[in-house]
Amino acid sequence: MPAAEGVLLGYSIRRVILEQSKRANVGHIGSCLSVADIIAALYGGVLHVPEPDDPDRDRFILSKGHAALALYAALHLRGWVSAAELDTFCGDGSRLGVHPEHVVPGVDFSTGSLGQGLSYGAGAALGAQLLGSRRRVFVLISDAECNEGATWEAVMFAAHRRLANLVAIVDLNGQQALGPTRDVLDLSPMSERWRAFGWDVHEVDGHDEKRLGGVVAHLETVSGRPHVLIARTVFGRGVSFMEGQIRWHYLPMSDEQYAHALREVDDASCAAALFTH
Amino acid sequence: MRRSFVHTLIELADRDPRVVLLTGDLGFMVFEPFIERFPDRFFNVGVAEQNMVGVATGLADAGFVPFVYSIATFASMRAYEFIRNGPLLHQLPVRVVGVGGGFEYGTAGPSHHGIEDVAVMRALPGMTVIAPADHAQAVAAIRACWDLPGPVYLRLGKDDHVLVPNLDGRFRLGRAEVVRHGGDVAMVAMGAVSAEVAVSAADLSENGIEATVVVVASVSPPPVEDLVRILDGFATVITVEGHSVVGGLGSLVSEVVAERGLGCRVIRRGVRCFGDGRGGGHAYLDNRHGLSRRALVRTAREALVGLHTS
Repeated sequence: MPAAEGVLLGYSIRRVILEQSKRANVGHIGSCLSVADIIAALYGGVLHVPEPDDPDRDRFILSKGHAALALYAALHLRGWVSAAELDTFCGDGSRLGVHPEHVVPGVDFSTGSLGQGLSYGAGAALGAQLLGSRRRVFVLISDAECNEGATWEAVMFAAHRRLANLVAIVDLNGQQALGPTRDVLDLSPMSERWRAFGWDVHEVDGHDEKRLGGVVAHLETVSGRPHVLIARTVFGRGVSFMEGQIRWHYLPMSDEQYAHALREVDDASCAAALFTH
Repeated sequence: MRRSFVHTLIELADRDPRVVLLTGDLGFMVFEPFIERFPDRFFNVGVAEQNMVGVATGLADAGFVPFVYSIATFASMRAYEFIRNGPLLHQLPVRVVGVGGGFEYGTAGPSHHGIEDVAVMRALPGMTVIAPADHAQAVAAIRACWDLPGPVYLRLGKDDHVLVPNLDGRFRLGRAEVVRHGGDVAMVAMGAVSAEVAVSAADLSENGIEATVVVVASVSPPPVEDLVRILDGFATVITVEGHSVVGGLGSLVSEVVAERGLGCRVIRRGVRCFGDGRGGGHAYLDNRHGLSRRALVRTAREALVGLHTS
C-alpha cells in the first residue's frame, strides 16, 4: 500500500465504522474508533499478509472482538471483504457480526469473550516457533481485558516460553463498560505490570500510525522476550462528541449525530491529505 | 488408563509429528516416558487450564494435534469456555484429556470429583466425548479418535489393571458394546464403573437373574441405533455411571428411550447429591451413591420385583 494511503487508512477505517454502524444501527462505535489507527498501522504495512490464506502470513487476533467493525473495515480496504458483504454487517445470515468469526477471510480466530485472544496468540506463536516459521503473531487486547485472570496466564506463559514472535498491543483507552478503568479495577501502572511479568514493553501513541509501525519494525521477533505495545488511545477518537464518553460503548447514532461525525472525520481526512502531499 | 494413555500417545507421536502434549502441572510418574522420548513436544504450562486450552487452540490452528491433560474437573470445567470458543468453535483437533471421573479421587474430596464433566461436554454440539470403561478400551478409543478433525473430550479412569470381562478392548465411535447377554434386565454402563456393573451382573446370574450389560464409551456421537436395538423388548433398563444422573449416560439413555418410544422404564444410578460433608475413599463413595457391586445387585433385584421407586 502506498505511504499516503497508509496515512489515510485510519480515516478510511473511521468512515466505514460510522457508515456501517449507522446503517446497521448498532453501538460499540467508541471502541472501534479507539483502535482505528492501530488497525490502520497493522493493515497499512505492519502485518505481512499477502493473502488471507497464506500459510506463513503474520497472524492477527482481535481479542477485543467488539471492535470487529474496525477490522472488517481494514479487510474491506484490503479487498478481502467486498462492499456488498460489508453491507450485510449485523444482518440476518451475515458472516459479519458484532464480534469477528474465523469464517471471514482475514479473520484468523473468532473472538468475543474477553481474555481468550492472548492464549490463542501464545499458542499460534509457539506453533510458529516449533515449525521454524518466521511469522509473527499480533494480538490486540483492550485494557479491560487485563481484568481477566486468563490474560495473565497467557502473559506468564509467553514470557516463560520466550515467545519473541508474539506482539501484544494494549488499547489503553482507560474506559470499560461501566466506567473508567481506574474506578472499576485499577490497572495502573500498566507498563510496569507487563515489565514485571517479563515482557519487552513499549509505550506508544495509539493514534500515531507511522510511529506504531516504526516501533514494530524494530522489534526483535526471532529470539528473546515477547513484546507489548502499551498504546495510549482515546475512546471514540476522531469524533469530538464521542471522545471519552462511555455511552458510545452502547449507543447507535441519530441522523444528526451521524452527519456531524462524518463531517469531522472527512474534515480530518482532508487536512491529513493536504499535510501528506 | 493413564499409563495406557501415555504409551498410546508415544505410539501416535512416533507416527505423527503433529502430536504434542500439554499438561496443567499434573502427571507425576505418568508422563516421564513421553518426556524422555519427545522432550520438545511436551509442555507443562503450569496450573493454568484456561491458557492451556487457549494455547492448544493456537497450536492446533498451526497444524498440531495437541493433547491437553488435567484432572477431569479442571480439564472440563475450569477451561470450559475456552474449549467452547476455541477448539469447538474453530473445529480444531484439540484433545482434552480429563483423568479420574466420578469418585476416583475419593479422599481428595468434592473439588476433585468428576461428576459433571460428561454432561457439560455432551452439551457442546460437535464435541466428541469418549469415556472408556477400562484401559484396553481406552487404547482402542485413543487410536480411533486421535485423528478426528474436531475436538475430543477423553475421560480417563485412573486404573490400569481392571478389565471389563468380554469387552476385549473393543471401541467403535458411535457404537455401544454388549459384554453380557441376558433377558431379565438391561444394565447400561459408562466409564470405569463398568467393571463393577459386570461383576454385579454375574452376581445376579447366580441368583437367577440374567442381565444384558452394555458399555457406552462413545457418549458423543451417541450409539442411538445400538441402544434402540439392544434395549427394545426390555421392561427395565438400569443406567450406571460415576457421574451425575443429570446430563450423562442416564440422560442419554432416557433421551433415546423417550425419543424412540421404547417401552422400558429407565432407572438411573449415579450421583444425586454433592458436598454433604461425608467424605471417604473411592469404594466408600461409590457404595454410598449406589454404584458398588452390592448396591447394583440390590437395585436390579428391587427393580424386577417392582420395589424400586427412584
